[in-house]
Amino acid sequence: MQFDIFVIPFNIGLYFILIYSVTRCIIWFRDLSRQDKLRLQRGFFGRAFVQSLREIFMESLIHRKILRSNFRLGYMHLSLAFGWFLLILFGTIEADLFGVKHLNPPYKAIFFRFFNPEHGRTGFESAYSFLMDLILAFILSGLLLAVIKRFYSQIVGMKKATRLKVVDKIALTSLWMIFPSRLLAESLTSGAYATGSFLTGSIGYWFASFLPAAELAYPFWWLYSISLGTFFILMPLTRYMHIPTELFLIFMRNSGITTGDKAGSFSEVQTHACSSCGMCIDVCQLNSSLSITHIQSAYLIKAIRHNNEISEIAHNCLMCGRCDVKCPVGIELMPIRMIQRRGSDAENTFGNIYGGYLREKRPGSADKSNFNHSYDFVPAQEPEKADVVFFAGCMTHLTPSIKNSMLKILDASGLRYTFIDEDGGVCCGRPLMLAGRTREARELINLNSEMISKTGAHYLVTGCPICFKVFKESYYLDLEVVHHTQFIKMLIDDGKVKMNFLHKRVVYHSPCDLGRGSGVYEEPREILQHVAMLEHTSFEDENSLCCGGSLGNMNINSFQKRKIATDAALKLTRDNPDILATACPLCKKTFVSATSVKVADISEIVAESLNHVNVKQEHSPMLNSAKELVK
Amino acid sequence: MMDKFGFSISKGRQINYESNDRSIAEYISEKEPTFRLCIECGGCSATCTTGNFTSFSLREINILLKRGENEQVKNNIRKCMLCGKCSLVCPRGVNTRNVVTLAIQAFHNSAGHAV
Repeated sequence: MQFDIFVIPFNIGLYFILIYSVTRCIIWFRDLSRQDKLRLQRGFFGRAFVQSLREIFMESLIHRKILRSNFRLGYMHLSLAFGWFLLILFGTIEADLFGVKHLNPPYKAIFFRFFNPEHGRTGFESAYSFLMDLILAFILSGLLLAVIKRFYSQIVGMKKATRLKVVDKIALTSLWMIFPSRLLAESLTSGAYATGSFLTGSIGYWFASFLPAAELAYPFWWLYSISLGTFFILMPLTRYMHIPTELFLIFMRNSGITTGDKAGSFSEVQTHACSSCGMCIDVCQLNSSLSITHIQSAYLIKAIRHNNEISEIAHNCLMCGRCDVKCPVGIELMPIRMIQRRGSDAENTFGNIYGGYLREKRPGSADKSNFNHSYDFVPAQEPEKADVVFFAGCMTHLTPSIKNSMLKILDASGLRYTFIDEDGGVCCGRPLMLAGRTREARELINLNSEMISKTGAHYLVTGCPICFKVFKESYYLDLEVVHHTQFIKMLIDDGKVKMNFLHKRVVYHSPCDLGRGSGVYEEPREILQHVAMLEHTSFEDENSLCCGGSLGNMNINSFQKRKIATDAALKLTRDNPDILATACPLCKKTFVSATSVKVADISEIVAESLNHVNVKQEHSPMLNSAKELVK
Repeated sequence: MMDKFGFSISKGRQINYESNDRSIAEYISEKEPTFRLCIECGGCSATCTTGNFTSFSLREINILLKRGENEQVKNNIRKCMLCGKCSLVCPRGVNTRNVVTLAIQAFHNSAGHAV
């Protein structure tokens, strides 16, 4: 029996983390809703399982998403994750092939060189040792990058590395110790027996020339085992819990489970799947423009995990969603932040128990009994019947040129429409939602729903992406909700409006709530290509910037918002276009005061380029009557 | 009787800063310093969505809070829809949405303490 007492720390750690991970997954599964449980069961026997295996390989091991956006950082993650995986895989095969017997306990593979010091002298054996050395060198190259990154984050192309707590630091140190101690232990053993390949062999040979290698090796094997054991034991308390959790998360996501609007098992899993890689910190405009570096999603999730005071972090965010699309783990950061904003409204919260090793569901402080209606004063409206309802929204009312342009386009379309909030309707409810006050928002939603359903229309056209998003997601309306750019695109496709080509160079700024928030990227660009010369910027689609005017953030003041707007406008107008086009009244209003380039909503550009024949036809009765009057 | 003819005797309108409760205003201006920048121009009230239906006026609320006459504010502040037009028209850059949110918070907190 090959056994030595030094393997015990490793064994304890390994079996602890295996049992812990399985227990945790069972608890998470138990807390899922009935539908989600069914989804997961269906996923296990269906395509989702294969998909998940593929995704686990591509994302958890290769880290394709990080590699694409930042090669050096990606290489660091790739070498550590994929390298470690290869080391375990080939180590197990090595122990099985060359060990005393087949089917060994895990420690045999990990400490193979200790138990088989004579291994690797000839032919195939030495080739295999070469492979193992190569993998170890691969990991060590990544580790070197990681150590450098911790102290000089710019080297891997990151502006900031995440800040750590004490437990994190101990876990990090033990992680860093694992591979160097393995290198030294293997080298010294190899040196004593004159085995080993290019890395361990040559270092061992050199050590053996002036050190008692055989005696020195043993303490380093101990160190290797202790580092592994410590790392595994501390894993559940630190961000490294993401390693087992991410596998479960990928499987859950592929089975079709989404975050929804309540804290629950899935949001818990996501919270633990965050690796604090810091990609969200780098893309955040609060960081780049205002140097606010404590509220990014990595810190939000860390605060949730540690049960820290969270209100300021949750609310100090533009809700632009740039981090959400960049997250390499695919955590749904925006819904999670919204759950935190609702805070006291929430039905469930989670708290740490057993020194942080487990988390427990606790009922939230939602108080439903004591709620008086806030918006009783809004009178019941009797809108006229129409096919198309135009809902301008607060922000469009504040930018009359957009409102007038939309009315001009609607007139030209010849459709039977009604301007439902012409005399100032009520707010769509999204600002209240963003502030975490869902119940009040629901009241407004009911008021608007009632009014809109009375018109019997088939289309609801919104003038503002903020309204668009909430109409799409939180209203239950029996009609199709379209943003005005989608509506204009439909009119163009149907040939309902004719336009002249404007010989102007235009760049397009995609509003957060329309683009990342609702996935409408194509229509605005197609319209702009149709009527003007659309030029490209480096901030398109998912990578588009936030104008800074966001209603999502009440914690920064107007001067800070102006700074974000100025920075964003500068980046967008680098090539000096004639027009900075956008599809949101709030973006327009924010950018106007931040740049000298003309800022226009797409509806304004379209209205300007409208073929006047169209408009004349529409207005001719009015013009005629006016002429008659003059006569 | 006099009311019917549109006459009434005005009640005393003295502002007694010593007995008024300025704690709400202090709470707000501590957390949102731009609250102090307000020049009471009334731009916010002119554009207000709620003001379109009621006599709700953010300008009035600002003044009342600063005086420490909180009762009227407390009854009305929840009428705000938080749409944010006021913060966009504000010539002084007052973060009005946060002022309203903080006021609601402050009333909530003080009610909690009283009970």
